[in-house]
Amino acid sequence: MDFHLATIKELRQGLDSKRFSSAELTKYYLDRIKKFNKDLNAFITLTEDLALEQARAADKRIAAGSQEMLTGIPYAAKDLFCTRGVRTTAASKILENFVPPYDSTVVARLRAAGAVLVGKTNLDQFAHGSSTETSYYGPVHNPWDLERNPGGSSGGSAAAVSAGLVPFALATETGGSIRQPASLCGISGWKPTYGRVSRYGVIAMSSSMDTMGTVARSAEDLAITAEAISGFDPKDGTSGKLPVKAWSKNLTRSMKGLRIGVPQEYFVPGIEKDVKEKVSMAIEEIRKLGPKIIEVSLPMTSYGSMVYAIVTPSEISSNLSRYDSIRFGHTTDKANDLYELYAKSRAEGFGDEAKRRIMTGAYALSAGYRDAYYTKAQKVRRLLVNEFHEMFKKVDILLCPSTPNVALKIGKAADDPLFGYIADQLNIPASLAGLAAMGVPCGLGKPDDGAAVSLPIGMQILGPQWGEELVFQVGYAYQQITDWHKQKPVGF
Amino acid sequence: MNYEPVIGLEIHVQLKTRSKMFCASPNNPDETEPNRNICEVCTAQPGSMPVINKEAVHMAILVGLALGCEIPEYSKFDRKNYFYPDLPKGYQISQFDQPICGAGIQVVEYEGKKRPIRITRAHLEEDAGKLIHEGSTTLVDLNRAGVPLLETVTEPDFRTPAEAKIFLQNLRNIVRYLGVSDADMEKGHMRCDANISLRPAGSQDLPPYKIEVKNLNSFKSVEAALNYEIKRQSEMQESGEKLTSQTRGWDDSKGITVEQRTKEQAHDYRYFPEPDLPIMHFIRGDVEKIRAELPELPAQKEERFISEFSLQDRDAGVLVNDKNLAAYFEEVVSELEEWFKEERLEADIAKLAKMAYNWISGDLQALLKIEGIDPQNSRITAENLAELIKMIHQGQVSTTAAKRILEVMFETGGDPSHVAADEGLSQVSDEVAITAVVDKVIAKNANVVADYKGGKKQALGFLVGKIMAEMKGKANPQVASRLLEEKLH
Repeated sequence: MDFHLATIKELRQGLDSKRFSSAELTKYYLDRIKKFNKDLNAFITLTEDLALEQARAADKRIAAGSQEMLTGIPYAAKDLFCTRGVRTTAASKILENFVPPYDSTVVARLRAAGAVLVGKTNLDQFAHGSSTETSYYGPVHNPWDLERNPGGSSGGSAAAVSAGLVPFALATETGGSIRQPASLCGISGWKPTYGRVSRYGVIAMSSSMDTMGTVARSAEDLAITAEAISGFDPKDGTSGKLPVKAWSKNLTRSMKGLRIGVPQEYFVPGIEKDVKEKVSMAIEEIRKLGPKIIEVSLPMTSYGSMVYAIVTPSEISSNLSRYDSIRFGHTTDKANDLYELYAKSRAEGFGDEAKRRIMTGAYALSAGYRDAYYTKAQKVRRLLVNEFHEMFKKVDILLCPSTPNVALKIGKAADDPLFGYIADQLNIPASLAGLAAMGVPCGLGKPDDGAAVSLPIGMQILGPQWGEELVFQVGYAYQQITDWHKQKPVGF
Repeated sequence: MNYEPVIGLEIHVQLKTRSKMFCASPNNPDETEPNRNICEVCTAQPGSMPVINKEAVHMAILVGLALGCEIPEYSKFDRKNYFYPDLPKGYQISQFDQPICGAGIQVVEYEGKKRPIRITRAHLEEDAGKLIHEGSTTLVDLNRAGVPLLETVTEPDFRTPAEAKIFLQNLRNIVRYLGVSDADMEKGHMRCDANISLRPAGSQDLPPYKIEVKNLNSFKSVEAALNYEIKRQSEMQESGEKLTSQTRGWDDSKGITVEQRTKEQAHDYRYFPEPDLPIMHFIRGDVEKIRAELPELPAQKEERFISEFSLQDRDAGVLVNDKNLAAYFEEVVSELEEWFKEERLEADIAKLAKMAYNWISGDLQALLKIEGIDPQNSRITAENLAELIKMIHQGQVSTTAAKRILEVMFETGGDPSHVAADEGLSQVSDEVAITAVVDKVIAKNANVVADYKGGKKQALGFLVGKIMAEMKGKANPQVASRLLEEKLH
């Protein structure tokens, strides 16, 4: 069986009917990772021994009939999720040798569910970026065209699922880091409502926006993983108490009567021709299912990138303060006093993007500037949140492109510190507002420069906060009438 | 020129919660093994997050209500960013502009004058760890990192160092009465920074500078450091030197303050709302429920002791300063009232209370201090002490004998009538027995009797002494004296 083409649901059926064991499945994926990772650089760490051990335990559980939906299913975790006893680097030098003494809540939940961790995936250093090129461990290559980046910051997770190295992977999103790489790699990605999934134990980027989600092959698989990792966590003061429903059992819903908004601001100038065309075609496909499609306007969203450019580095500058070399992490050997210990350890340990954000953030929060920058940005953010709130009284769901372009060539982003901020326009507003969102593949196309390639294009489905059920249902409905999510990159 | 000091205080009180402010690690200030009470949160491991300790919030509101502070409808935490090895996250979670307790007021009484001191605010934050310097290396102990602190800030309303000290003592008493802190300054449970500047007497303006004095580790050092600063600053002003804002540290051994930091070197803490914690909303009804939990506070108790037991202000103050002593005192007085009621005797509460006060604050407290224990933990129950006081009151034992009985009770825990009997310390008030001895002494000392009758009044004392000696000190001297005088007339 071609395991790498299988969905979680299919693997579940195979494991439960004893057609194959979790150990076989795990070995199969580990072999694929070993075979393809040198081309992709999607993994920073492989956890082979742990995986085989977890797989054997899962097989026992299945034999005893006490399995859950993810028991025995291999997965990868973005290397931002703390894993007890397994090195967690955040793709940085400063945490090159950091082995967490504890599990993040999400990883603990998957451990309890019997899922099998095969490795830790590459990302932009500390998730700062949208191309997975800022990793200390080198860039990730897009399985659809190895010369191109997979998007980011969850590029390693997206590339791994896209190339069939795992059936699903944990990812995180602060401003597009799930939806964008999922789109550029031709897979499905779920960005949860802020507070839906515990942030505990996931290395923080921007605390008021960070969300922990998954990338997988279908909306249905996303719903399965969402059920396993969602829910209140007493260790995360910002996690919500809303109940987790059986989303994967409740995917079928008539689109008739649904009010679907298409925000004009999301078809920004500079959006590639094929992207615009394929997303518009996808919306037309959905129209055939009977919902009311309404053109809407969200004028505040155009300020999203500006707000993000202040709030995110501000929180980052503070969140990265704990990397002071005293309790863990890279320590300089050139320090003569305490100041030098801090300054040199951090200068040596952090990459350029982290330094850029620390400086920007410290500036935006400093006395005399805080009101003009941070405080004002938070006020604008409030207006943006209110705008979405009002919008979701008029429509049930929003559809728009996930990215303005198909995957870009590696290196294009490196010399441009503002790279990504423009593309972020499409992702950031929903992150600032903490919405439930999903990216689904909706076609293949070529870039505007006419390169002779066929690359994935994605559409995003935005729902209100806590609107996961409807988001999954719309994604599922679309994937029932199209096959774009079943497209595979050649050679994998 | 005459100067008037302008003094404000910032006081940190460690709250006695079971776990730390933002994690489940135990809050134990007595832990001696370094880095024992730590976890991924208070050591700031990557990915860890704080959660608010409800017990600390509850305690903070209790203190706020006791200080007459407004409790706002909502309150939030903020990050105060700075680097130091005892601060694992590189920021302290504190409260910037929405503290848990708003403005309040406390009355301070000094030299018979009562003055209101305005409280600006009180906010919750986390303590830092401790650095241990060993030769050229410095070690970090994070047992204290994350322990809840309540920081109370006053307006610059103090005009004398003594007022500041009294305020601090009152605050210590309040948090002890509330059971939220041991507030032992020597142990660092309570820490104080003082801001002091001088202005020309009669001026109402705030001086254009402010000296912050740190490292004040006892009530005594607060008063001493402020007195030192008054002298230093007035001398500088007299000699025409310009004072600028700075932070100074108190050197207790030398009795001086030393410059630590000038305003130019002041930190920019880059405060911003803590995104890892939700905003706290306080519902009126919940706050009122907490208010209903407030026990009788020291000031109220002091007033009641004065009105109910006619205690002197000073005496009431001594008792109230020690929650346990005050409670013990009340128990003793209430036992005495019971006794007198049972025996249908006329009781003078004021007199009994005064006696109880004298015995408790005098002889008993001296014994307690030697052992370093609370009255509740001594072998002398309130009931037994009350009985002893009753015996003194009724003349069954002399004051001298009672002191000895108290010592025996303290050691053995016996009840006073048995101790008195065992030690042969019961006082004889039996008039028949004493009259027999009086007759005997008169017969034996005819010369002295003659002297007395001849007008030498002091001869009576000699004769009483003889009676006491004859009775081995057990005679009630008042009874003996009266009987003797009757016989000699």
